[in-house]
Amino acid sequence: MLLDVGSLAVMGVTLGAVLGTAAKLLAVPHNPLEEEILEMLPGSQCGQCGFVGCAQYAAALAKGAAPVTLCPPGGKGTIEALAHKLGVTPDMGQHKETVPQVAFIDEDLCIGCLRCIGECCSDAIVGAPKQLHTVIADACHACTKCVKVCPTEAISMHALPPSITAWHWQKPGDPMRH
Amino acid sequence: MKLFPIMGGIHPEHRKDLTSEKAIVAMPMPATLFLPLQQHIGEPAAPTVEAGYLVKKGELLARSDGAISAPIHAPTSGRIRAIAEITAPHPSGLPMPTIILESDGKDEWTDLPPPIDDPFAAPPQSIRDRVAECGIVGMGGATFPSAVKLGLGTQRKLEVLLLNGAECEPYLTCDDRLMREYADEVIDGARIMAHALGAPRVIVAIETNKPQAIEAMAKAAAATDNVTIAKVPARYPMGGERQLTQAVTGLETPARKLTADMGVVVHNVATARAVHDAVRLGRPLISRIVTVSGGAVPNPGNIEVPLGVKVSELLAFCGGADGAARFVSGGPMMGQPLPSLDVPVVKGSSGILALTRAETRESEPQPCIRCGSCIAACPCGLVPMQMAAFIRAEKMAEAVRIGVQDCVSCGSCTYVCPSHIPLVQYFRYAKGRLATQDRERRKNEQTKALVEARNARLERLAMARRDAAARARAPQPETAQEAGRIAP
Amino acid sequence: MNTVVEKSGPYTHGANSIQRTMFTVLAALVPATLFNLYLFGWPAIFLFAMTMAACVACEAACVRIGGGSPANAIGNGSVLITGWLLALSLPPWAPWWVAVVASVFAVGIAKHAFGGLGQNLFNPAMVGRVVVLVSFPVQMTAFVPPKPLFSAGAPGFIEGLGVTFGRGVNLDGLSAASQLGFVKNELARGVPAHQSVEQLPGLGELMWGFHPGSMGETAVPLLLLGGLFLMWRKVITWHIPVGMLGTLLLLGTLFSAIDPGRHAGGLFHLISGASVLGAFFIATDYVTSPVSNGGRLAFGIGCGLLTWIIRTYAGYPEGFAFAILLMNAMAPLLDRAFRPRMFGRTLKGEPLPLGKFK
Repeated sequence: MLLDVGSLAVMGVTLGAVLGTAAKLLAVPHNPLEEEILEMLPGSQCGQCGFVGCAQYAAALAKGAAPVTLCPPGGKGTIEALAHKLGVTPDMGQHKETVPQVAFIDEDLCIGCLRCIGECCSDAIVGAPKQLHTVIADACHACTKCVKVCPTEAISMHALPPSITAWHWQKPGDPMRH
Repeated sequence: MKLFPIMGGIHPEHRKDLTSEKAIVAMPMPATLFLPLQQHIGEPAAPTVEAGYLVKKGELLARSDGAISAPIHAPTSGRIRAIAEITAPHPSGLPMPTIILESDGKDEWTDLPPPIDDPFAAPPQSIRDRVAECGIVGMGGATFPSAVKLGLGTQRKLEVLLLNGAECEPYLTCDDRLMREYADEVIDGARIMAHALGAPRVIVAIETNKPQAIEAMAKAAAATDNVTIAKVPARYPMGGERQLTQAVTGLETPARKLTADMGVVVHNVATARAVHDAVRLGRPLISRIVTVSGGAVPNPGNIEVPLGVKVSELLAFCGGADGAARFVSGGPMMGQPLPSLDVPVVKGSSGILALTRAETRESEPQPCIRCGSCIAACPCGLVPMQMAAFIRAEKMAEAVRIGVQDCVSCGSCTYVCPSHIPLVQYFRYAKGRLATQDRERRKNEQTKALVEARNARLERLAMARRDAAARARAPQPETAQEAGRIAP
Repeated sequence: MNTVVEKSGPYTHGANSIQRTMFTVLAALVPATLFNLYLFGWPAIFLFAMTMAACVACEAACVRIGGGSPANAIGNGSVLITGWLLALSLPPWAPWWVAVVASVFAVGIAKHAFGGLGQNLFNPAMVGRVVVLVSFPVQMTAFVPPKPLFSAGAPGFIEGLGVTFGRGVNLDGLSAASQLGFVKNELARGVPAHQSVEQLPGLGELMWGFHPGSMGETAVPLLLLGGLFLMWRKVITWHIPVGMLGTLLLLGTLFSAIDPGRHAGGLFHLISGASVLGAFFIATDYVTSPVSNGGRLAFGIGCGLLTWIIRTYAGYPEGFAFAILLMNAMAPLLDRAFRPRMFGRTLKGEPLPLGKFK
C-alpha cells in the first residue's frame, strides 16, 4: 500500500518537474500566431478597431479577445481571411458592410496646411504648402485619419462609384423551402 | 473527317427556324449612334474626337489604349454630339463613357487605308497591324481583341486555325447566314488569319444542323488547298473553344493552358469576314450581323446593323417586342440580360432576343433532389449541385477546391435542372466574389507596401536628422577642400 | 427604363421538372400496382389507400409546421412516391395502424426531421418499413396467399374493411411464409435449399406473383417493364439496377453452384423478394443514392451484395430494406470517391500533360 502510494507520488513529482522545466526551457517567447495575424492586417495603424495600432489588435485577436470584424480598411476580405486563420465564424452583423470608400478633399475649403499629408500613412495625399491637396484614390485605404486632423473639415469620406469591372452577379435567393 | 466526343453537353431546343431562312438585310442608318468606349475585353479605348467634331464614315473616334484594347470607328458620317455616360449594354445597368454620333444622312466614307494586295506575301505583322487598326474583336461574343489573338503564333508553332462556325446557341443564326451568303469572304479572311498566325491549315467546324452553310462553305473551300470542313454534331456547348478543339482534334486542353499551346487557335467565322474586309478593303469594323429573334418579335431576322444603334430602334425595325419577359443580348444560354432597351448594339452583340414567358420557362427554384442531371450535362466534368451548395453556405474555398474556377458558365446545368436552381448564377456570384477578394487583397498588399515605404522613409529622415545633429556637435573638418574630398 | 436584373441566364430551360420526374415514376408503378391490388383484393386496396393518405397527411402537417405550402409540397409528387413504395413494401393484409406508424416514421422522421425534400439521408419508405418490421414482426410477416378480387374465397368489400380496419382476422389458418422466408425456415429445419425451392411453385409462376408476399414482391415482369420505361424516359440510368441485380445473380449462381444445399440460385434471388422493385424504384431514389454514374454502379453493387448477405446469413429472410439503408449511409462517401474527372485535369485534379496537334 505504502509502496503503491509512494511510487505513484514519486512518479507524479518527477513528471511534474519534467513538464515544468520543459515549459520554462521550451517556452515560445512570442505568439507566432500574433505575427501571422499582424501580417494580414493593413498595417496603417489607423486605430478604427479601438486598439492603439495593428499590433495591439493582432495581439487581442491571437488571444481570442477581440472579434475579427473590427478592421474597416481591411474590408470583408480581411475578415474572411482572419476568420479562416482563427477558425471562427465571423459575426457579420458587427461588420458594417460599407461600399469601398475613399477620402475626398473639398477644393474650396482646403487651405494647404499639410497636416493631412503628415497623417496619411500610405502617402495617398499629395500637395505642397499653401497649395490644394488631392487624394490618389488608388492609394487611399480609407483609414479616415486625415478627416480627423483637417482644421477646416475639408476632407470627407466618399463611396467609390460602382464600376462595371468590379460588378458581379448577386447570390441567388435561397431555393424555396416548403 | 475523324471527330471525337466531348464531355457532357445538352441538346437544348434550338429554335433557329425562326430566322434561319431569313436572308441578311441591312438596317437603315438611324439619326443617332451610341458608341461605348469599351466594346471589347481589356482597356477602354481613348477618344480622339470631341463634341462638335465632324467625322466621316470609318474615321477613328477612339484609339486603342494599351496592349489589350481596340479602337472604335465611326459607323457613318456626321457630327459628334457629346462624349457622355450612357447606360452600357451590361447586366449591371451601370453607365459607361459613350461617344454620341449624329448622322448627317450622307454616309460618306473617309479615306480608308489602302487594301493589302497580296496578303499572303505580306509579313504577318502587317496583317496583325491592320486587324488592330480596324478595331476587330472576337465576334462570337467574347470580344477579345483579334490582333492579340492573331499574335499567338509569334511565340509558338501553330498547326491549324480552327474556324468556329458551330453556332451552338439556340436562336442565333447570324453565323449560319453569314456562311451561306458570304462564304468566299469568310474563307478568304480565314486564310489571311492563318497566314498571320503562321498556321498552315484551316479547319472550319460547322454543326450538322446547318447543311446549307456546310455546302456553301465546302464550295468556297474547294478552290483552296488548305481549308477543310468538319461537320461536328449539334450539341451545346460545341462552340466553346476547348470543346470545339476537342471535338475536331481529340485534344483536351490541359487546365491553365491555351489551345494555342497545342498548336490550335480558334476564331469565329464573323471575325474572319471582318478580317477580310479590313485587309482586302481597308474597312474598319463598323457594323455586324445581329440575329433579332424570340417569340415576342413579329418579324425576326438577321440584320446587318451599324454599331451603336439602340436596341429599341433595332427591335422597332423588326416590328417591336410586345409581351417580352426578357431581353437578352447574345444567345439565351450564355447571353447577358439587357438592363434597358436604350443601350446600343456593340461589337459583341451576336443576337438581340425578346423572349416570352413561355420561352424562358422561368420558375421558382425548388430544393435540389440530387438527380445528378447537372453532373451529366457539365462539359467541364464538375459537380454543379455540390459547388452551388458550398457557395450557398459561403464556403468559397471548398467551392474552389472542387473546381468552380474551371466552370465556363455555359449554363448546361441550369438548363437541365428539374428544380430550376439558378446554378450558374451561384458560380458567377462565386467567381465575382473571389475576384473582389483578390482585388481587396492586392489593394491591402499595396497599402502595406506604401505604409512600409513611408515608415522606412521617416526612419531614414530621423536618422539623417540625428546624424546631422551629431555632425553639428562634432569638430568641423579643417578645410572645405577636405570636406569635399571626403563627401563629394 | 432601367431595370435591375436580378436573375442571370440561361434564359431558356428544359421541359424537365421535379413534378414531371416524380409523376413519371408513379406512372411506371401503375401497372404492377394495379395487378397487385387485384391479386390481393380489397384489404390490399384499403391498406394502399390508408398508407397514401397517412403519408400525405403527415407531409402536409410537417410542411405546415415548417411554414411552407402543403399544396406545393404534395403537388411535386415526392410524398406520393414515398407512400406508394411504402404501401408496396407492406404485407397486403396488414392492419391500418401498421401503415400509419410506418408513414409517420417515413415522412415525419426520415424525411422532414432531416430537412425535407432533398435533405434526407435515408430512403423514407425503407425507414418506415424497417421501423414496423422490427417493431411488429408478427404483423409484418403475416403473409397470405393471393386471393384475387372477386375470386372464390376472396374477402368482399365489407370483409376487406374488417381485415384492414377491424380487429384483424385470425390469419393463422391463412398465413404463409413468403418464398424467401419459406426457404429460410426449411433450411433451419435442415431441408437443403435446392429441395425447398423445388417445393415452391415454378419460377414462372413466382415471377407473376402467385405466392405470398408483400405487394411489391409480386408481378416482376410488370415492375421490370416499369423500370425499363424509366430508363427509356431517362429518369434513371442503368447503373444501379444492373449493379444490384447483376450482383445478386452472380452471387446466387456462384454460391448455389458451390453449395446447392445452403444457397438458393441466382434467378431465384432475382425474382423473389423485393429485388426488382428495389433495384429499379427504391435504390434509384435520387435523394438517397449517389449522383455520379460511377458512384451509382458501386451503390448498386453494394445493395446487391448486402441484400444477398442478409438473405443468406442474417435472421431476416428479406434483407433488401436493410441493405438499402446501409448503402444510403454510404452515398455521401461514394459521391466523394466517384467524382467525375474535371476537363483538362487528371482524376487527382492536376493539369493534364500537354498534347500537340499533328
